[in-house]
Amino acid sequence: MSYINNYIDQINKRNRKALSIFLTAGFPSKNNFVDLAKSVLDSGADLFELGIPFSDPLADGPTIQASSKAALDNGVTLKDVFQYSHEISSYSPKPIVLMGYANPIKKYGIKNFLTDAYNSGAKGLIVPDIPINEYDSFFEYGSEQLEVILLTTPTSPEERIKSIDEKSSGFVYCVSIVGTTGVQDTFSVETIDNIKRTRTIVKKNKMLIGFGISKPEHIKTFSPYCDGVIVASAVIKSILNKESKSETLKIISSLSDACNSL
Amino acid sequence: MKNYNYPDLNGKYGIYGGKYVPETLIPALEQLESEYLKIKNDPEFLYEYEELQREYNGRPTPLTFAKRLTEHYGKAKIYLKREDLCHTGAHKLNNAIGQILIAKRLGKKRIIAETGAGQHGVATATVCAKFGLQCIVYMGETDIERQKPNVFRMKLLGAEVRPVSSGSRTLKDATNEAIRDWVTNVNDTHYIIGSVVGPHPYPMIVRDFQSVIGTETKEQIIKKENRLPDYIVACVGGGSNAIGIFYPFIKDESVSLIGVEAAGFGINTNKHCATLTLGEPGIFQGMNTYLLQDPDGQISEVHSISAGLDYPGVGPEHSLLKDISRVKYFSATDDEALKGIDLLTKLEGILPALESAHAVAHLEKLMPETNPNEIVVVNVSGRGDKDLATIINTLGDEKK
Repeated sequence: MSYINNYIDQINKRNRKALSIFLTAGFPSKNNFVDLAKSVLDSGADLFELGIPFSDPLADGPTIQASSKAALDNGVTLKDVFQYSHEISSYSPKPIVLMGYANPIKKYGIKNFLTDAYNSGAKGLIVPDIPINEYDSFFEYGSEQLEVILLTTPTSPEERIKSIDEKSSGFVYCVSIVGTTGVQDTFSVETIDNIKRTRTIVKKNKMLIGFGISKPEHIKTFSPYCDGVIVASAVIKSILNKESKSETLKIISSLSDACNSL
Repeated sequence: MKNYNYPDLNGKYGIYGGKYVPETLIPALEQLESEYLKIKNDPEFLYEYEELQREYNGRPTPLTFAKRLTEHYGKAKIYLKREDLCHTGAHKLNNAIGQILIAKRLGKKRIIAETGAGQHGVATATVCAKFGLQCIVYMGETDIERQKPNVFRMKLLGAEVRPVSSGSRTLKDATNEAIRDWVTNVNDTHYIIGSVVGPHPYPMIVRDFQSVIGTETKEQIIKKENRLPDYIVACVGGGSNAIGIFYPFIKDESVSLIGVEAAGFGINTNKHCATLTLGEPGIFQGMNTYLLQDPDGQISEVHSISAGLDYPGVGPEHSLLKDISRVKYFSATDDEALKGIDLLTKLEGILPALESAHAVAHLEKLMPETNPNEIVVVNVSGRGDKDLATIINTLGDEKK
């Protein structure tokens, strides 16, 4: 059984949904990033998604675009990402999942990337512009020991979701909405219906829901139909708005509390 | 070249092309592909398409013998393929007409597009006006500034022009924003990509619709000269006018195909967009193709005086054609392009677009190697009226 799957399973057995928090590597500051990541984990995150900055993040809305640009302006490279991953994984056994677009990975050398990522302590990888169609040619030599997490979306037909579940390891990332990343105020009935639909199709893997989740109420709504949730823009937005670190961490602990009460 | 038949079933041109997009878009791309394959040989569709090309776009465009330009070099005969005479002023309408008919068949009510020089934006806004569909065009703020007449035209045509302020605020960023819009509104929206770029099936669909340029050129040159040309020269940004004129000649190996990229301030500076000349393969905006990128795989901010060529990627089929050496790629600087404008305007009375002027500029290098019994065709992909402000700013003082 996969490390990530196993970890989520342990959390679920304690009647809790897993909370994965995303931060863009080296944002807002290159030097204090690891401290921030540790505080995020201490505030209740169960998994840590580490975003690799890219100049042209197609699947992301304005918030993560801004953090990605800020990280690049800070001079963050893959070398820094692996260093962060190493330091964070030495601090906590909570799984680290790298999230990055295909080109920086390809430029680094896919095989080298996978090896260095795993050796840095990362357990999983999400590449949003490698859909299942391109999986085999991109991961030509397999994914080493890294667990590659694939995404489903509301537009994915049933047969595709089955193949995605089959190919994915770690968990299946169920994208809640038709759209890019970014905070949503509320979710429509169609969104909930689609999550229910996806839940019945995903059999092999745990299923985490992401995109738009920003409030404890959202987690309460989704909890019956998932094994966990992913929160990104809500946290990044708080940092971009220059809220204090304790205010940002308070968001995470309130989301974490919502994961508990089933 | 006899077996040249791309893309393959996975949408690849050798190792290039593909569908490197978020999962949300995959079903829409598959639907687009299957609908396109259904209609491309459908007599009803072809009738409507050809009628629009003839009665609305003004096709076929002439293949004009450039007498004084030929005399100027005293070498091969030079012909000009006159895409500048298309309705709306460039080859872009060839593709927009085809795609709006597909959008209609798909039942999409909302059309989005990206634009650099504004020519594709104008072409898309034009067909949307004609068919009564909502049109939103993404355009970088830098380009809005340097292509003002086209921005006004799009608005006059009823389109909404959305300024893009991210990145280098040019074509690349407008394309990112258009893709994000499509990811969000895929259910009711068709994205009319303006060049042979992006995820499969776009490079194939745009190539097929632009191939009318090369098909006509072939018929016309055989009629006039009773033979094929020896050289065909076209500018390459994303590469749609170039593929359009090259594609019907790919299997005619006696015809040298020459693509001319924008060298901006020069290929020894970092202010250029000579992607095939200096780039290396990577994954960007849905495709695997040559890219201008930094050592960390971040996409470079590029430069050309011509907004339509100011792009760090290139169509995947061009990447293959470079690797198999079927097309030779060169580059021309901003200054050389401006000289090309001057030359064609003075000698032939034809003001080419800044983009097309890069192809004209290459004649300086090519013509000395030719001889008088050879034939050169230059694709004049668009007219230069939209560029007058830029030309006045750069050449203005000398013309007083």
